Amino acid sequence: MTLMRNPIKQAILLSIMAASMTSISAYAVEVNFVSGAVGKDIEVFKELVKPWEKETGNTVKVVPMPSSTTDQFAQYRLWLSAGNADVDVYQTDVIWAPQLADNFEDLTEATKDVIKDHFPSIVESQTVNGKLVAMPLFTDAPALYYRKDLLEKHKLSVPKTWEELTETAKKVQEAERAEGSKDLWGFVWQGNAYEGLTCNALEWVKSFGGGQIVEPDGKISINNPKAVAAVDLAKSWVNTISPPGVLSYGEEEARGVWQTGNAVFMRNWPYAYGLGEADDSKVKGKFDVTTLPTGGDNDKSAATLGGWNLAVSKYAKNKEAAIALVKFLASTETQKQNALIGSKLPTVMSLYDDADIKEKQPIIPRWKDVFLQAVPRPSAPTKVKYNEVSSKFWSAVHETLSGKGTAAENLEVLEADLTELQGKGW
Amino acid sequence: MKIVKKIAFYLLVLVIVVASVFPFYYAVITSFKTGTALFEVNYWPTSFSLNNYYAVFEQGEFPRNILNSVFIATMTVILALLMAVTASYALARVRFRGRGLLLMTILAVSMFPQIAVLSGLFEMIRFIGIYNTPWALILSYTIFTLPFTVWVLTTFMRDLPIEIEEAAIVDGATPWQIIVKVFLPLMWPALVTTGLLAFIGAWNEFLFALTFTSSNETRTVPVAIGLLSGATQYETPWGIIMAASVLVTVPIIIMVLIFQRKIVAGLTAGGVKG
Amino acid sequence: MTPHAVTSSGRAELQSQRIRAAMWFLIPMIAALVFVAAYPLFRSIYFSFTDTSLTNLYAGQWIGFDNYLSWRTLPSGRTIFKGTLVDPAWWNAVWNTVRFAVVSVTLEAILGMMVALVLNAEFKGRGLVRAAILIPWAIPTIVSAKMWSWMLNDQFGIVNDVLMNMGIISQKIAWTANADTAMFAVLVVDIWKTTPFMALLCLAGLQMVPKDVYEASKIDGVHPIKVFFKITLPLVKPALMVAIIFRMLDALRIFDLIYVLTPNSSATKTMSIISRENMIEFDKFAYGSAQSTLLFTFIALFVILYIWLGKVDLGGDKK
Repeated sequence: MTLMRNPIKQAILLSIMAASMTSISAYAVEVNFVSGAVGKDIEVFKELVKPWEKETGNTVKVVPMPSSTTDQFAQYRLWLSAGNADVDVYQTDVIWAPQLADNFEDLTEATKDVIKDHFPSIVESQTVNGKLVAMPLFTDAPALYYRKDLLEKHKLSVPKTWEELTETAKKVQEAERAEGSKDLWGFVWQGNAYEGLTCNALEWVKSFGGGQIVEPDGKISINNPKAVAAVDLAKSWVNTISPPGVLSYGEEEARGVWQTGNAVFMRNWPYAYGLGEADDSKVKGKFDVTTLPTGGDNDKSAATLGGWNLAVSKYAKNKEAAIALVKFLASTETQKQNALIGSKLPTVMSLYDDADIKEKQPIIPRWKDVFLQAVPRPSAPTKVKYNEVSSKFWSAVHETLSGKGTAAENLEVLEADLTELQGKGW
Repeated sequence: MKIVKKIAFYLLVLVIVVASVFPFYYAVITSFKTGTALFEVNYWPTSFSLNNYYAVFEQGEFPRNILNSVFIATMTVILALLMAVTASYALARVRFRGRGLLLMTILAVSMFPQIAVLSGLFEMIRFIGIYNTPWALILSYTIFTLPFTVWVLTTFMRDLPIEIEEAAIVDGATPWQIIVKVFLPLMWPALVTTGLLAFIGAWNEFLFALTFTSSNETRTVPVAIGLLSGATQYETPWGIIMAASVLVTVPIIIMVLIFQRKIVAGLTAGGVKG
Repeated sequence: MTPHAVTSSGRAELQSQRIRAAMWFLIPMIAALVFVAAYPLFRSIYFSFTDTSLTNLYAGQWIGFDNYLSWRTLPSGRTIFKGTLVDPAWWNAVWNTVRFAVVSVTLEAILGMMVALVLNAEFKGRGLVRAAILIPWAIPTIVSAKMWSWMLNDQFGIVNDVLMNMGIISQKIAWTANADTAMFAVLVVDIWKTTPFMALLCLAGLQMVPKDVYEASKIDGVHPIKVFFKITLPLVKPALMVAIIFRMLDALRIFDLIYVLTPNSSATKTMSIISRENMIEFDKFAYGSAQSTLLFTFIALFVILYIWLGKVDLGGDKK
């Protein structure tokens, strides 16, 4: 056989034979998992699924996506609408459940034995008309980052209210600038016109006692004096304690200013903690985190609920394996691993008191306080219209912040717009 | 006075060059920076670290993505030129009814907003089962390469004198032979130009490439760049993005440099006559 | 042998043979275009007359023109209008698109012409300069959008740094966030990116102008500016007109640059952007389809008007 003398051809032939043999001999399937997880998270994920792959003989293929949640949502929307059978499991944002509910399997039956271990508020956010659309994977909530060193130097305490924060930031900023730190700003946050601004502004409004834009029962509550006061206060930050460019900041821009040592306070997600402690960070060892302040005379602070969940596509080729994978990933054991090696906040309540986690990830138990104050975005009551509600809300706030109309005027218009959008019902 | 004029002229040239090259230059400098240094403004290279370049190749399947891009762009060009050469011969050299209308329709196709055809195209691609293969992209890219190529080649062919063809007709050549033997040798500049434009178009496309692929092995370079990420969800790895951008842009720049005379010649020869 | 030697019957036979061959030559192209363009567009137009949502593409009901315009009269006698055509957000997008297209294409044409004139002159290092100006055009749009958003960043962007050092601005400007400068930022990037293309097309036109025309006017002592307007421009005009129309088509559809640079700013939201937003993000798939249909109609009308007014001989049938 002349064919066999050619080593390359030989190799190809052998591999084809091997491939056909394995596919016959095993019933193992490949589960396609799509997620916006990036960088280190993908490595962690591969580590997490290894035990499952070993146990079941199945393999998990990760399809990475752009880290922008808007891009992910657009793709998933299109794929699901066309009944894409190439993806079995989707990693979904906490706000997507109502919008994509029709395209996902109901997980209620499959998870009824474990679901009570998770935070009820998260499970509720993933339940649409009694159907559990997605299983919580990990959660996320922002906190207030502050510079210990600067507060100590100027003998100021960690602010408890937004008004205090405004004062403190101004004092430190003025004093430090007088000493030559020309680029120092008091407070950085996410003010660009995008979902992140909805999160920020929801925190101001909620912590002022001004409701959560649309209440769980569907009532539009945004036009009230407390909400107006909250947005007005935020308006006063722009170009005083916050750079004018804050109106274009996302998470990274805020972190950029913070990590070069140019901010006293920052509102951000837990990811900035690890990066801020990195060796080349100028704020290494100089900062700490706390819960976000309260406002007005309200005594409860608020942190917008983030986090990611797992949903099984209705069009999945390997539904059973996919559901099994989801259950495995959301289990207490895997979440603990994810907390230990990926520093992800678990959705299983008991893990916040876990000794291993306390020892290796001391930051996580501390986040429980933040998390207890978490407020969901109004995606559940507004259902498929959530994105538009959110877009109208961030636009109204962004306009107010950039000086186009007062908070009172813009929120009144917003209320009218939302009422029209609501129509006969959400 | 003459010297002033000359200085002014060279000043203008300098402004043009700096304006064109600076952003790319800045991307190159940025690609050599890491960590917190990224957030500092520098006009000259301050550090020289190849870490970002290593990172590009460590993440995902960058070499594979480059191969995909090369394959897809090349096939797109071949397909577009093949269809366009024959079609534009018919449109330019043969008189038939509805020719003007057909030309206008082809122009109309190049007016389609990408977004307007996205969902329909997606259905089509799934229907014939080429979703998540390079062919999905090769096929969908004809929507913007083909009309342009046909237009340029048609105007080019129309301007060639009738005599060159008639001699061949008299010799009994078939239309296919006429195209291959008579027109192709004359059309190299136009083919190179349109081919290069189609190549760049396919090389740069993002929206279709993102929508019609669903795995790392089939994605193209712009999507891979869009997918480059830092260690965590919110982190934008500017250094790595810049490194990848430099890597993607360099081949195109080299191609443009090689073909730049041909580009100008091709356009002069026929592409843009009114 | 001359063509006249062919008999008239042979000529007719030849002609029909050629037409048959032409048909075969055209079929692959037409098939490809029907496949990738006609059918998808037809679907979009069809969707725009239904209430289809992305959740289920096949469950839409025919609702006529309601996505475009509908009205009902309330019991109080007041009439309420609904639909894209009375949507202020849509008209804002139309205005943004037109403003962007007109300004960018005009400036690109002027700057492109200038660059082309420079490149048309004989000087040392011309090849290098020509290569240099092609760089912006060779960079993928998504990459250049990211590059510029980095350079335009208010805190660590180099643009603010340069302008501050030169004393042009006294305070760092948030280019992409500020509603007043967002459009300006988008324009700068677009002009930077596409002027080379325009310059190339102009240069191609310029090189067709016979050299002796210039020499003659030089001897006559005509002022160079006058030469440009009286001689060069009229000669380059046909090339310029076609270049402008292709650029205009692109500019009216602009999507990726804005999507990366200023995705949510209402100051830069164009027709493509708003249509995508409705189709995919806002669960108003049919409504967004209506908007993209309108965008297509708008572009088509523009082209017809342009050809008619500019008497551009696109079909080449006058020859």
